[in-house]
Amino acid sequence: MTPILEVKNIRKHYANHVALNDVSLIVEPQKIFGLLGPNGAGKTSLIRIINQITGPDSGEVLFNGERLSPKHVDFIGYLPEERGLYKKMSVGEQVMYLAQLKGLKKNDAKAKLTEWFKKFEIENWWDKKIEELSKGMQQKIQFIVTVLHEPQLLILDEPFSGFDPINAQLIKREILELRDKGATIIFSTHNMGSVEELCDNIALINKAEKLLDGTVKDIRKTYKSSTYHITFRGNLIGFTNAIWAGAEILDKKSEEDVHTVTVKMMRQNKPNDLLQAVLSHAEILSFNEIIPSMNDIFISVVENKQALNTQSSFTE
Amino acid sequence: MNKLLLIIQREYFSRVKKKSFLLMTILGPLLMAGVMIVPVWLGLRDKTDHQVLVLDRSGAFVDKIPNTKELKFFYGSDQLANAKKKLADGPYDLVLELHYDLINGEKATPYLYYDKDPGMSAKQYISNTLENILFDYRLQGDSIDRVKIDKARRPVTLIATKVEDGKDKKVNTELNMLVGFACAIAIYFMIFLYGSQVMRGVIEEKTNRIVEIIVSSVKPFQLMLGKIIGVALVGLTQFVLWVVLTLIISTTVTSTLFKDQISDKVKQNGQVEQVMKNDILANSDKMQKVDTPNEVINMFNYAETLNIPLIIGCFAFYFLIGYLLYAALFASVGSAVDSEADTQQFILPITVPMVFGFIIAQTVVTNPNSGIAQFFSIFPLTSPIVMMVRLPFGVPLWELITSMILLVAGFLFFTWLAGKIYRTGILMYGKKASWKEIGKWLFYKA
Repeated sequence: MTPILEVKNIRKHYANHVALNDVSLIVEPQKIFGLLGPNGAGKTSLIRIINQITGPDSGEVLFNGERLSPKHVDFIGYLPEERGLYKKMSVGEQVMYLAQLKGLKKNDAKAKLTEWFKKFEIENWWDKKIEELSKGMQQKIQFIVTVLHEPQLLILDEPFSGFDPINAQLIKREILELRDKGATIIFSTHNMGSVEELCDNIALINKAEKLLDGTVKDIRKTYKSSTYHITFRGNLIGFTNAIWAGAEILDKKSEEDVHTVTVKMMRQNKPNDLLQAVLSHAEILSFNEIIPSMNDIFISVVENKQALNTQSSFTE
Repeated sequence: MNKLLLIIQREYFSRVKKKSFLLMTILGPLLMAGVMIVPVWLGLRDKTDHQVLVLDRSGAFVDKIPNTKELKFFYGSDQLANAKKKLADGPYDLVLELHYDLINGEKATPYLYYDKDPGMSAKQYISNTLENILFDYRLQGDSIDRVKIDKARRPVTLIATKVEDGKDKKVNTELNMLVGFACAIAIYFMIFLYGSQVMRGVIEEKTNRIVEIIVSSVKPFQLMLGKIIGVALVGLTQFVLWVVLTLIISTTVTSTLFKDQISDKVKQNGQVEQVMKNDILANSDKMQKVDTPNEVINMFNYAETLNIPLIIGCFAFYFLIGYLLYAALFASVGSAVDSEADTQQFILPITVPMVFGFIIAQTVVTNPNSGIAQFFSIFPLTSPIVMMVRLPFGVPLWELITSMILLVAGFLFFTWLAGKIYRTGILMYGKKASWKEIGKWLFYKA
């Protein structure tokens, strides 16, 4: 299957700094792709290049295998992080205008908008001015405008900022529904919780470079460090002695005679070896592997990279 | 192209539908009509009668100062102090004291005392009349016939005629100046009025944060161009409405409200003139006659000497292209700042050439074909103003065409330049741009 979007060796620099340094990505169709990275990493620069708002210094972007060109604009929906609407314009006029700018015919736009307004139960907003709406309400309008022309590729930059939990849930549902209907979504955020919940694939960018990409499942697997939580009833000292050199205890918590310990396997030991060693000393209540959260991975990758960078700058 | 049309539509209708547009469209002509009507109205209103007590110590002026509608002269011999006391409660509200010295002395002057200032024209009338009476008096004393003097001193009127292709051509310099400056001022104001509207629109989009949504659908350049053209159409609409409304208002008001007064006033002026002619200036009004109404009429008789279609065509051209050029610059300023308060430092360089054009225009009027006039009427940033001032005086065709071509070239160049600043500027938030930075934006890849 041709990837819907292929970013090849993109380089972009501004006067004083490099925004993107040889970044390549592949976005598979009908997937939710998380574009992660700390502030100033280059995410927005990359998104603007994909939206043809700016152009790269070198490298190319392919959309459905074709070189990106102005005709593709109508197949992409973009919800920028810095977003707003004309304050003095009425909701109806505004959404009609933005929909037509995306290439929709007047009648189609009207029909689709009516549908969406009904879905979000906001039909009575049509004649209101934007300045009369709350920020959350405006975000809803923006979301509708972004998805209205049924884009093949949706680019959402921090889509949940400004939403209360209920509306955030509503938007999440819509995003998943859109994917199931065939859309591909690039999703840029700092909220790692929503990444785990929604994303199929991610790429992590820091300081203009891509550090990591792959499916969320694989990445979390790669980053797990064979650590386990064990909760048991019994004697903590007996337990510690029993595991001896097979594993290292990283953390422990005790409540009367119930103990929870975090252990890290040493050498090639398997969980079963550990269990066998401790079974006669403790009553095992629970045993589970710790899979690192995206949050942990994000922090460790970004910080490691920084640590490496400072190290290399010392040796130089 | 279709999207550009959509943008133009939005820019146009969102402005035309605003209340402020309606207000300006109505207020504009009222103001303009006001400027035309108020002076007339004030002139008509200002006809308070003055009773002047003349204390003529020599007796030479008694009954010789002709009354006018506003000024009635009475003669008496009161003490000055007594006369002054009566000023406040009448019947006289002006006291004119003419010393005996006035007839003989070289430097003696008449004195006028008032309770309420009678105004410039009354004072002017009194001093002119006294001067004339004194003139006659002295001539009589020296037994000189005034008629002879008038004959000896005939006014000379120089008739300057422009010759074109061996044929005489009528030209009126005042009219040329009037037309040229009127066009230049109109262009100047409209460029600033609508140029700054473009700028404000750009700032609004930037602070609203809607701009990134829009430029993901259209090219930044299209958005800028759409805004500039949309505002230009607003300007044209407003201009046409202004002209029509101003004409309607000023003609109806003057023809209905002031009809009687105006004809009165004209008659009145005629009468005064008649009185003056008969009584004092009987033989000598030729040299002093300044007949304003006739001069204005004369000036408009020369209207046929102007190439009106050319002037209107050029006005439309220089206004439109000049506006487009400057509006692009205004748009780039709007894109570089976060709020209107920050625009000052960037607007100055835009204003300078325009104001400079006006300064040049002053010298152009005195010498329409000087090197300076030629240069600045061809230079794109000043040509919309300077060329309009020169045009009524006649401009060689090649200069006009060069000027127009360069203006179009300038428009294309500056729009291109502004587009580069614009597309980077609109996406820069919360950062105050410096000149150096804007310079760098010019070299970013699109």
